[in-house]
Order: sequence, then structure tokens, then C-alpha cells
Amino acid sequence: MVTEQKKEKIIKAFLYLTTSISIIALLSIVIYIVINGAYMITPEFLTTAPYKFEMGGIFPQIIGTLLLVGVCMCFAGPMGVLAAIYLTEYAPNNIITKTLRFFVESLAGIPSIIIGLFGLAFLVYYMHFRISLLSGGLALGFMILPWTVRASEEAIRAVPFSYREASLALGASKWQTIKNVSVQAAFPGIITGLLLGLGKAIGETAVVLLTAGSGLESFLPRSVFEPVASLPVYLYMIATQGHTSEAYTRAYGAALVLLMIFLTINIFASIVRNHYVKKHKVRFG
Amino acid sequence: MNKLFAVIIAIILFLTIIGVYSNYSKTPSSGPSGSLNIAGSTTVLPLNQEWARLLMEKYPNLRISVSGGGSGNGIKSVGLEIIDIGAASRDIKEKEFKEYPDLELVTVAKDSVIIAVHPSNPLSDIKMKDIAKIYAGEITNFKDLGGLDMEINLYSREEGSGTRSAFEDIVLKKFDVEIFSKALIKPSNGELRAAVSGDNQGFTYLSIGYLDNSVKALSIDGVEPTIENVKSGDYTVVRSLYLITKSGPSELEGLFIEFALSPEGQTVVDEQGYITVG
Amino acid sequence: MRRQIREKLIERGLFGAASTSIIIVLLIVLFMVLEGCSAINFNFLFGYEWNPSHEKFGIVTIVISTFYIGLGALAISICIGIPSAIFLSEYAHETIRNIIKSSVEMLVGIPSIVLGFFGLIVLIPLIRENIGGRGESILAGWIILSIMTLPHIISLSEDAMRAVPNSFREGSVALGATKWQTVIKLILPNAKSGVLASIILGMSSAIGETMAVLMVIGNPNIPWIPNSILDQVRVMTSTIVIEISYAVWGSPHQQSLFAIGVVLFIFVAIMTSIARIVVKGEIRRKW
Repeated sequence: MVTEQKKEKIIKAFLYLTTSISIIALLSIVIYIVINGAYMITPEFLTTAPYKFEMGGIFPQIIGTLLLVGVCMCFAGPMGVLAAIYLTEYAPNNIITKTLRFFVESLAGIPSIIIGLFGLAFLVYYMHFRISLLSGGLALGFMILPWTVRASEEAIRAVPFSYREASLALGASKWQTIKNVSVQAAFPGIITGLLLGLGKAIGETAVVLLTAGSGLESFLPRSVFEPVASLPVYLYMIATQGHTSEAYTRAYGAALVLLMIFLTINIFASIVRNHYVKKHKVRFG
Repeated sequence: MNKLFAVIIAIILFLTIIGVYSNYSKTPSSGPSGSLNIAGSTTVLPLNQEWARLLMEKYPNLRISVSGGGSGNGIKSVGLEIIDIGAASRDIKEKEFKEYPDLELVTVAKDSVIIAVHPSNPLSDIKMKDIAKIYAGEITNFKDLGGLDMEINLYSREEGSGTRSAFEDIVLKKFDVEIFSKALIKPSNGELRAAVSGDNQGFTYLSIGYLDNSVKALSIDGVEPTIENVKSGDYTVVRSLYLITKSGPSELEGLFIEFALSPEGQTVVDEQGYITVG
Repeated sequence: MRRQIREKLIERGLFGAASTSIIIVLLIVLFMVLEGCSAINFNFLFGYEWNPSHEKFGIVTIVISTFYIGLGALAISICIGIPSAIFLSEYAHETIRNIIKSSVEMLVGIPSIVLGFFGLIVLIPLIRENIGGRGESILAGWIILSIMTLPHIISLSEDAMRAVPNSFREGSVALGATKWQTVIKLILPNAKSGVLASIILGMSSAIGETMAVLMVIGNPNIPWIPNSILDQVRVMTSTIVIEISYAVWGSPHQQSLFAIGVVLFIFVAIMTSIARIVVKGEIRRKW
């Protein structure tokens, strides 16, 4: 019995150890970036354009990233929600629905570099969109479409059936019911899903590198057919090619800004989710 | 809750729109107008960006967008006519000429390839044949060159790069050797420089435009790799940087290329550390 | 009557939107195969030498390195992640669990470029000065990738363990089993499919990862089969990113790079299908 107790203690110590390792490993990166990047966050750095590679600020990069995810969401948001409405409210339980689901799952599994290559071959060259905001945004949209479909689907599915029945009983048509009841009730859930997709798109580098621009552009695009700068590509360029202290400090600053945007989106998403879970007493992913 | 979202999303959109149009508010004046798209080699990218900036200052109605993507991308895009001017730091390969026979090249600057080591390295001169031996993997230690007893960490650009093919053509082909397997690949000149400036055993070739005091350039067979020596022909490792148009330059494309070749444009070349032409 | 037509049209429209995924996947397959298929031949699949200047495009070494990196990183994150998940699910106090769990979930999908940057600036000098070699190495790739997959593995396997009903635990303890015996004999077998799925998905995301790996593994000129964890390697994704921008379009070189994409696609598709079969929709779909 003593040995059992001893064993239990050793195991517990081991579990403590591994948990601490994982937390330290994850937190040390965040803390390291925050400590080294914090003093770069000045109005000047955030509002000026880069010049001579390693000088200046990252204003076009920040706005460029927002524009890219904006274009991406203009595609993946509506498409994802509409597809989710079809899958939850209309889809018959047959081979067509199964095929649809299979393809959504497949798209989710495709590595981002392949989406990037496809964007290069299809959007940039075949569709003649050039290396541009449009190509980059659409390629990002392709990447996160399955996430928006799935998240919206789960949110709509979590809406109790009684809501719909009540609406139909009042004489509303199916589409009116969906529009005014299901989607309304699922709205916070859908927003959470879209935000999580946004977080994924914001940090994506490989796709943007191949389709949207070289990251160092000091101008903002005036049309969707112009190349656009973005934070992850800027960070890649400045971190791998920079060798002066100016470059390193800017890399820390850019990494911190990127991390902050990412964490803000995630925290925001989880606040919405918690709020929603409390309100409806349902759990969803 | 819904209202809160609407407000936040509206604010983000508003800021974005302001950001985009803040660049717009330039007063139009006379002069050529229209838009030009330039893409291609990352070596030519800083030159193109600077030329575009100066030209747009001169003619505010002009809109020039410049991006990178690599020589392969530049040639393919101009061949497909999805951009107006392509930039390349390597020659057009036979395969590409076959597909797009009416591409026209203009040499707008010249580049030279130097040999760079870490500034703390006491080595200062190297023989051409030793460079070949190092890249062939026959010499692996600086002491064989008369330097310190430490291993050589070799770096190189990737296959297809203009800097690499210039280096191979001018240096390695003479001795019939190839870059050996353990050289680490860095996909840009900036990365080669960053790698060697942070590695005291580093050894690399490098575009002359990227030479600064964070790395040390070796003289080859006693000749210093300076722009004067390149121009006088003493230093022989030279390659061309091109702007490419399809079936002859249009009016706007011509304007850009002429500007690049003008004294003002060539000052930019000089400032960026490349070799002027004409 | 009109209303019915409208409803029908709406349904059609929604079906169209739902089919976008199908169209995109088919287009991706079409374009990848179109650009890459002419490069896929015996020498490509079974050749050992990747040397584009000699028109040699054998991917065996690259594929082996890819799995070497992926499996190693996975082993590390399993050894750390699964015990952490056990701790969170079975041992930790509720408040502590909530804090740790939500911070770990916050970091799922942390931009990989930030991890790569951390590796480049902290990890590589650390390895070069303390362990030896050139710093850029398989080891660095393992560490960065395992940090990347850790949040996925912890979060998903903890979910699977939590899904085991409490009555199981109570029954087991009532029979005199210790907590650890309960974990080993009851919790893990019951959460098996969820844990396995998290591992397989971790593997496929590790193999498909590009930027973080690219920045820390060195990428030698002609890759060889690694014989030490301090060796530099090339993986499939890094080869594509490094060489695509200067490759001659339409040449065997560019086609081979797309063909690497096709091979990567197939590997990842196989792994996700295995994951799907293993899970059979038992746990919340979340990754």
C-alpha cells in the first residue's frame, strides 16, 4: 500500500512537471516577444511607412493585413454562413450532403502552402489577378472557408427547435424563419466562429507571401489589383534578412503587434462565446 | 450585444477606408497619367521602388505599383501581360523565350558578386581557385587558406537565383565544380548577409549591393571588390539586372525605363550600391 | 405560389453557396495536378538526389526529412501534452484548470511566423553555443513544431478525457483503485479515439507547416538523409517556398515543386482520413 501511495506521488510530480513545461514553453514565447517588443510600440512606429528596408514604421503593413482579412472575410463570411444554413436547415440526409461535408472537411485539411501554390497558379496567373490584394484575400478566404462553415453550422444547430416551430406556427415561411429566428439566435455564435477564422487568417504567411506582395510595400493599394503589404510577410522579411539593430527592433515590434491583434481577436471571440453560453445554456465549439 | 458588434465593425471599416484614401488626396496636375505594374526579382526591387517613388513625385497623376515575387514570377507575369514591366536578375532561359518570344530586355544596372566573411575573420584575400575548392567542398577549414583553425560554414542562394547563376557562371564553371551539398540555402541576398554577419565561421558569395560594414568583403586574387574596379574591368564577376517588357515598351513603360537609365535614375543605382550603366 | 418559387430559389442559392467548397477543392486538385503531373515519375518518387541544376528531382530525402521532423516534434508534444491533459482533466483544481485551459486554447493557432522568429532569434544561437553544430538543425525544428502542436494536443485530448462520464471515475475509486490506476485503466481507454485523433491531426499540421520550420532547419543545397539531430534538413514545404519564386515557369523544376505539393497533399489527406475514421464523430469537432 505504501508503494502504491509512493507511486501515486511520483506520478503526480511527473504530471506537475510536464504541465509546467508546456505552460512555460508557451508563455515564455509570448513574454519574450512582449518584453522585447513593448518599447517599439510608439505612435511613430505604428503610423509611418517603412523605408530603406529596415527604417520607418509599419502602418501600411497593419492596414494591409486588415485589408487582406477584410477581403478574405467578404468571401468566406457570407459563403460560410450561407453554406451552413443550407447544411443545417435544408440539406437532405443523403449522398449529396455527405459529399458536401466531405469536401468541407477536405478543404480544412489542406496545408496552407498548397493553398498558396494554388493561389499563384489559379488566381495570379490563370485569372490574371496578379500578385495583389484580391489574390491574397481570396486565397486566405479559401483557407478559412471550412472554419466559417463549421462554426456557423454548430451555432445554428445549437438554436433550440422550439424557436423554429414557434415561428413556423405563426405562419412564417421557412426562409423567414431562418432569417429572423435561427440566424438571429445563432448570431453571436456565428460571430465567434468568424472571429476565430479571422485569427487564423491574420497570422498566415505562406499564402500571403506567394499571392499578395513582398511585405515591404510602403504604399497602400488603391485598388484590389495592387500588391499589398502585410504584417506576417514583413516580419518574415525583416527577421530573416535584417542584420542591424534597427531591423531586429522592428521585427520584435511587428511580432508583438501581430501577436496582440491575434490575441485580441481570440479573447474577443471567447468573451462572445461565454456570454452566449451563459445566455442560452448551450455548449458549442 | 449586436449593436456593439455593429459599432466595432463599423469603426474598423471606417479606419480602413480612411487609411486607404489618405494617400489619395493629392492634387492632380498636368503630366503623364495612368498606372504601371512592376514585379519580379527581389534584387531589383529596391531600385524599382526608389525609381517609382521619384517618378511619382515628378508626375503625381502617375500610379506605379511595385512588388517582388522573384525573377521567375516577373518573367512569367510580363509574358502573360498581367503586369507591364518585369524585373529579372538572371537571363531569360531558353524555355521562357520559347513561350514568350517577344520579350524585350533592357539592362538598367549591373551587379557584381563578392565574397563575404564575418568581420572578425582575419582573412582578407582569397584566390579564385580556392573559392571554387571551398564551394566544391574540398576545403572545409579556414586554416587551409592561412586563416584561423575553424570550420567553414558555407551559404548559398537557391537554384534559379540570378546571384547564384552569376557566381556559378563566372567562378565555378571555370574550375568545373558545383556547389556542394552542405551549403545552406538562403532565399535572398539579405538573408545571406544576415547569416554571415551573425556567424563568425560563415562564408558566402553576395550581391555587391548588399555589401555593408556588417560583413567583410575579401579581395579576389588581390583585386578589391570595389565599384571602381568593377567598372575598370579589373574585378570580373559582373552580371546584368534587367527590366523586361512585352513586344516593346509602351509610352508609360518607356517613360519608366528612360527614367531608370537617366542620370537621376542611375544616381539611385549608385546609392543602392550597384554598378551604373551607360 | 410566388412565395413557393422564392423559397425554391433561395434553397437553390444556398445549395450553390454550399457547393463552393467542392468547387474550390476540385480546382485545387485540378491545378496542382495540371502543373505537377508531368513531373511525377519513377525518378521523382524514388530518386534520392534533389539537385535542380542537374535536372535531378528525387524527393526521397526530402520526404524522409519531413517525417523525421514531423514525427520527432510529435513525440515531444505527446510526451508533454498528454500528461498535461491528464493533469488538467483529472488532477487539477477546477479554477486552475480553467485558467490553464483557456490560456492554452488562446494559443491554438498562434501565428507560426512568430514561433519561427522566436526560434531564429533565441533557439538557434542557444543550440549553436550550448550543444554545437550550426544551430539551424532538426532539433530546432522539433522544438518549434512541438510548441506549435502542443496547444492542439492538450486542448483536444483534455476534451476527450473530460467527456468520460464521472460515474466511471466514482465506480473505479469505490472499488479501491488509485487515481492513476483509474486514469490508465478507465479514462485513457475511453478517451482513446479523441486522443488519437488529436495526435494524428497534430501530425498533419506539423507536416503541412511552412514558415516556422523553414526559418530554423537550415535547408542545405542538396539534402541528404540526416544522421544526427544537429544536421540541417529540407522538408517539402520549405523546398517549395524557397525555390518557387525564381524557378523558370513551365520547366521541370517548377513542375517538380508543384508535384511536391501534390505528394504533400496526398500524405495529409491520408492522415486526416485516418483521423476521421478513428474519431467517427465522437468528440466535438473543433480543430
